[in-house]
Amino acid sequence: MTTLFSKDLATKKINVTREFAAPVEKTWKAWTDRNSLDQWWAPKPWRVETKYMDFKEGGYWLYAMVGPNSGEKHWAKLDYIKILNLKHIIVINSFCDENGKTSPDAPGMDWKIVFSASTAGTKVEVDITFASEKDLKAMLDRGFQEGFTSALSNLDELLK
Amino acid sequence: MSIKKDIFQALADPTRRAILTLITTHAMTPTAMAEHFNVSRQAVSKHIKVLIECQLVKQEQTGRENYYHLNPIKMKEAADWLEPFRLLWEERFNQLDELLNDSK
Repeated sequence: MTTLFSKDLATKKINVTREFAAPVEKTWKAWTDRNSLDQWWAPKPWRVETKYMDFKEGGYWLYAMVGPNSGEKHWAKLDYIKILNLKHIIVINSFCDENGKTSPDAPGMDWKIVFSASTAGTKVEVDITFASEKDLKAMLDRGFQEGFTSALSNLDELLK
Repeated sequence: MSIKKDIFQALADPTRRAILTLITTHAMTPTAMAEHFNVSRQAVSKHIKVLIECQLVKQEQTGRENYYHLNPIKMKEAADWLEPFRLLWEERFNQLDELLNDSK
């Protein structure tokens, strides 16, 4: 299914909307259960290693994106701010070290993930708001992005 | 300050975005641009200065008048800045599709 993608430079917001062919309960579980997240959150050939997860308000998910090259790791954290069961999740996403400690200059962004029933099954909307332009730029400059882009071009090579 | 950030700041302003739209097809003078907006020629010139600094706009002199036109290469750069981010989410969601299909 098509991913709708829109950005508003003026308000530093990105919206990602996608429908999934599964009921809300099942889609919700895929977003909130660590074993499920480990299976889809990292774009191949990266994979996710969850170090800690407590899905409740005030809890957090601490994980690493592990690269295909000799254990390259990027740690990130989702702090669960608000959870309304089967409706929405508000999180703060940040880059951190393996102990979940965020550096003061690490970019910050808020996500609101909204689930609703649709004809296809479930519609998921992700509203991403960056704290500042500096944060937005820092996020885009992260090595992960570069690694990911090069991984994709590797794939292009493979498919030729 | 990097060029990328400059572009982002330049594009964050609605008047500057309108100026860019205006000069997409042909070069214009600040006086001609000002006639399209409810702003003074001086205000337009300030915006153009910002756009030139981040290379979104180029200047060409014809006689006594300064004409400005869009720099399409820089505009493309600005449009592409989100591309890796978009690809990340698409890849993620395709994998989520697989997972949701598998566990039926």
